[in-house]
Amino acid sequence: MTRQMTGARMVVQALKDQGVDTVFGYPGGAVLPIYDEIFQQNDIRHILVRHEQGAVHAAEGYARSTGKVGVALVTSGPGATNAVTGLTDALLDSIPIVVLSGQVPTFMIGSDAFQEADTVGITRPCTKHNWLAKDTATLAETIHTAFHVARTGRPGPVLVDIPKDVQFASAAYTEIEKSDTSIYQPQTKGDINEINELVEAIAAAERPVFYTGGGVINSGPKASALLRELVEATGIPITSTLMGLGAYPASGENWLGMLGMHGLYEANMAMHDCDLMINIGARFDDRITGLISAFSPNSIKAHIDIDPSSINKVIKADIPIVGDVASVLSDLLKVWKAQGRRVNREAIANWQGQISEWRKINCLDFKQEGKVIKPQYALQRLEALTKDMDRYITTEVGQHQMWAAQYLGFEDPNRWMTSGGLGTMGYGFPASIGVQMAHQDSLVINVAGEASWLMNMQEMGTAVQFRLPVKQFILNNERLGMVRQWQELLHGERYSHSWSEALPDFVKLAEAFGAKGILCSDPDDLDDAIMEMINYDGPVIFDCLVEKHENCFPMIPSGKPHNEMLLGEANTQGVIQAGGAVMV
Amino acid sequence: MSALKIKKGSTSHSAYNLRPNFSDVQERHTLAVLVDNEPGVLARVIGLFAGRGYNIDSLTVAEVDHTGHMSRITIVTTGTPQVIEQIKAQLGRIVPVHGVNDLTVEGASVERELALFKVNGAGEKRVEALRLADIFRANVVDSTLESFVFEITGAPEKIDAFADLMRPLGLLEVARTGVAALSRGAQ
Repeated sequence: MTRQMTGARMVVQALKDQGVDTVFGYPGGAVLPIYDEIFQQNDIRHILVRHEQGAVHAAEGYARSTGKVGVALVTSGPGATNAVTGLTDALLDSIPIVVLSGQVPTFMIGSDAFQEADTVGITRPCTKHNWLAKDTATLAETIHTAFHVARTGRPGPVLVDIPKDVQFASAAYTEIEKSDTSIYQPQTKGDINEINELVEAIAAAERPVFYTGGGVINSGPKASALLRELVEATGIPITSTLMGLGAYPASGENWLGMLGMHGLYEANMAMHDCDLMINIGARFDDRITGLISAFSPNSIKAHIDIDPSSINKVIKADIPIVGDVASVLSDLLKVWKAQGRRVNREAIANWQGQISEWRKINCLDFKQEGKVIKPQYALQRLEALTKDMDRYITTEVGQHQMWAAQYLGFEDPNRWMTSGGLGTMGYGFPASIGVQMAHQDSLVINVAGEASWLMNMQEMGTAVQFRLPVKQFILNNERLGMVRQWQELLHGERYSHSWSEALPDFVKLAEAFGAKGILCSDPDDLDDAIMEMINYDGPVIFDCLVEKHENCFPMIPSGKPHNEMLLGEANTQGVIQAGGAVMV
Repeated sequence: MSALKIKKGSTSHSAYNLRPNFSDVQERHTLAVLVDNEPGVLARVIGLFAGRGYNIDSLTVAEVDHTGHMSRITIVTTGTPQVIEQIKAQLGRIVPVHGVNDLTVEGASVERELALFKVNGAGEKRVEALRLADIFRANVVDSTLESFVFEITGAPEKIDAFADLMRPLGLLEVARTGVAALSRGAQ
């Protein structure tokens, strides 16, 4: 039996059938029929954001903290163009989201109509795939296909552009089961010969290291469990990218900490000196590799990735395995056990000994002295006071983001939401709203810098309206800290436009929105202030005044290999040569 | 840039070009890409090449299976082996792409191109043009007392050679279709 309905009702029905419970959006002329349908039902909650960028980041936060597909709904023209940053962010971090955009009626497309934009054209390079739904009869199937594409294989953002006349017209609804998903079926099972070769390499390795990334998180909780089992079975040290934090617990005994430009000394040294690098769901990003010609010069490199285009893109893989992390790790463990394999225990004990030596450098050491709060101290206290809570962390982009990655520990996947690939300032606040919607009773903290936070501060309205008790933990140095740090190191301490004048009074700002503001400037008050933030039932802006000129270390300067890291006490002037300065 | 003493236009210091692991020999490859014939599919393919800085030497596209709504895009591209591998992987990632075949490495193939040449001339040059057209098995598809339009098919090199010969004989205009290619043999 087929069900006849309007295109607008189809949209809502398809969302329900896909298991969507929350949509982040902003209405406008070209989506009015869909909003009319949303008004007449109670199964899907609609969260009215204050800017479409916020809707997409909120959908990302929802998706990353649940493993489900996030959904945003925007109008045509400016609604769609405002969604572009969020789509690009989701593309670079492989986050499954579906954005539905309104479009002018089909008969007006191309006429430069009011609020018309070539949305499919604009979003083609920043989505995994997109569709212009020209016919109500195929609209439902298109939406089902969109969800399938967003979540299958390497996840990513998709967009369905729906002209207004298609929303008004009626046709038969296509059920999920009747929708054709055969058009997109990427390979998920790894080649067994390559897996055997990796097993061989692990058994022979003397200085192996796991280098894991967001692919483990995207593959689902099973992948994280298998990863833990594999580390347990082999005793091989493990490091992770910014995107992969939480897949292996920070309290685990083989944990090296994050690697990369601001990664831990022991993690980067292990990457440089290893003889077998096992990349699981990471992509050799330039923040990770540093100088490519000097990147881990003496190692065999295995690369497990679901996307064939990631393999050999930057670093040549000796053992390439195309497949889903959970599937490949499951096969790997089966082979490992079935063959009764053992690692070279003696060699690995020596390797662990070497790593312990590196650990003694204590690269995250800092001194909290005097009456000014060090940003590292603020995060250390936040960690101490919240680590045993049901806690989710989002961040903005910059120094605070790196410090959060260094000083906060994550025991489980899907607890850490940060803009890694695109580095989108303004991501964290709306993302925290998305996370809080999905986890109403959990503690959701956005670790922010004051400059990033101001980029999407309008979402205070959303947090207050929907009573979302998100905690905005702002490390306020009145600077664009990371820009300032680079100017100090690279541009002769000429601080061109990297400080903020005329910052708002964040306490008054919070109060103006009907939220709570807390100002903290004394290290002795910090613990009490953090507890006050946590215990307040509602959104809080926490204005933490911190040391203005603190730099983020360790740091691999651009154009340098992993073993030439700068540590906190180093004289950092003139360390980046002309060659490094052109790199971002 | 000048303060850093880096030559204008230099990319040798860029993080994104330091690829010593890979060969820098430039290779020319002919790729056959089978796609769903849906709106925007060509834009996706071309956008990929433009966005990632790949070369397109020649591009031909037409529907080849009307009932199955399938089109075949034949792309001739130049790049290092690593770039060619990336191009194929990136093309394979596009949702409406069904398959990517590298005709340059997957056994022998035939490549053909069709071209139209307009040649103006009188007297001995006109006779010479006609004689050369005959040698190249080009057909005359239009003629006036001062001009010919020749139609020629063949490998791109043959068409290049014909163009070189026609130039001194009054070549006015050339239209080329770009390369169409198929693998040889029963497969």
